[in-house]
Amino acid sequence: MIQTVDLYKSFGDLQVLKGINEHVAPQEVISIIGPSGGGKSTFLRCLNMLETPDSGKIFFEGVDITSEKVDIDLHRQKMGMVFQHFNVFPHLSVLENVTLAPTVVKKIAKNEATEQAMELLNRVGLAEKANESATSLSGGQKQRLAIVRALAMEPDVMLFDEPTSALDPEMVGEVLDVIKGLVKNGMTSVIVTHEMGFAKEVSDRVVFMDGGIVAEEGTPDEVFNHPQNPRTKDFLGKVLY
Amino acid sequence: MFSFENIIMLWQDYWQIFIFEGLKYTLILSAIAVFFGVIFGSFIAFGRMSDIRPFKIINKYNENNNAILKAVANFNPVSFICEVYTEVIRGTPLLLQLYFFVFLIPKVLPFINQFNAVALALSFNSAAYVSELFRSGIQAVDKGQTEAARSLGMNKTQTMLRVILPQAIKNILPAVGNEFIAIIKETSMASTFFVGDLMTSYLVVRGATYLALESLIIIGVIYLVVTFTLSKLIGKYERKLNSK
Repeated sequence: MIQTVDLYKSFGDLQVLKGINEHVAPQEVISIIGPSGGGKSTFLRCLNMLETPDSGKIFFEGVDITSEKVDIDLHRQKMGMVFQHFNVFPHLSVLENVTLAPTVVKKIAKNEATEQAMELLNRVGLAEKANESATSLSGGQKQRLAIVRALAMEPDVMLFDEPTSALDPEMVGEVLDVIKGLVKNGMTSVIVTHEMGFAKEVSDRVVFMDGGIVAEEGTPDEVFNHPQNPRTKDFLGKVLY
Repeated sequence: MFSFENIIMLWQDYWQIFIFEGLKYTLILSAIAVFFGVIFGSFIAFGRMSDIRPFKIINKYNENNNAILKAVANFNPVSFICEVYTEVIRGTPLLLQLYFFVFLIPKVLPFINQFNAVALALSFNSAAYVSELFRSGIQAVDKGQTEAARSLGMNKTQTMLRVILPQAIKNILPAVGNEFIAIIKETSMASTFFVGDLMTSYLVVRGATYLALESLIIIGVIYLVVTFTLSKLIGKYERKLNSK
């Protein structure tokens, strides 16, 4: 579904990605773990071209989206993204956060979009908050709203950029539960996360990134229980007390 | 000699001149300047934030990463012109700009009278300042908002109109109000050309009565009442915007 070929990206003199070749299959769930500054988020943000790679190609559903001839907005509709800092729209109500993109981008009729949005909000327990301002929500509620906002565009793949890193500890569970529910229903997902237990539980494949390269990858069992690369061992030793 | 009684007397005799020949035109001039300042200013702001690079194609052939070629490829003429404009306006005195327009306009556009030439100069002046207010107001909106909107498939225009501007307006409106207050004070320079603002009415009354200090105190109080009232109103409006 997504394939990256030799992705390179630098910020100034700092080389963040040094040739990433990855493949995401339909319905696959991939967790990307690794130390800060290892290029995880940059890689994820390249997948929907929020960062433009310096060189290399990204194929999404068979189309090279790094090409300048491609209308990237069209392809982004099919890739939902969830951010570390939620980025809900503070000037809109909870409901409007969800209906904005479908009505503006897909030109769906307002009542139809509202109906769909209410169904989605209901699924994550936010239906009774529909008409409140998005700023009145707690962190966990904001992130659930952000997930639903992305789902309203009916994406083929979801990209999660450290979805629980900015949350208070007691709110992490409610957000992870929503992601688990999605994954169980077969949503193709790429998840950058520091929640090792979660990564172990939901992933089909775990990718360990360090220093701008994929240092190790494999099934959760392979990476977490039998790591081969000394850097993986070192990292896991630090995070898994 | 200077006396409090003289102020009362002046006000009783000349209040119509201060209000209807002075304040009235000060407010009209300021309103024109801010109105056109906002229109020109928004164009300048978007010009500066635009991504127009006519020589972008050079990047493709610049394999050695030549610094000069890279600079040419990334050159944005629209943004450059807008930047030069704001720097020139903000870096030269308003009085100079007023003289410039008052001398220039009759030569190129003889049908425009002096009052309008002054109004035009004030408009161009405030456009430079307003454009910076727009730019900083828009750039103050969190970058994550743009990223969230773009990741949903919204294009640049939709993102600007539906996500960024509605949030930026909260930063911009109070600042434009303060710009209006600043211009009310700056219009006093227009009295150099005797166009009939509040400062001109001071010149008129002083000429008729030789009571300079008393007239100055009167127009000073008028300026103060107007600017103080406006700034209180803006503060109230700002609090209302932020509480939403």
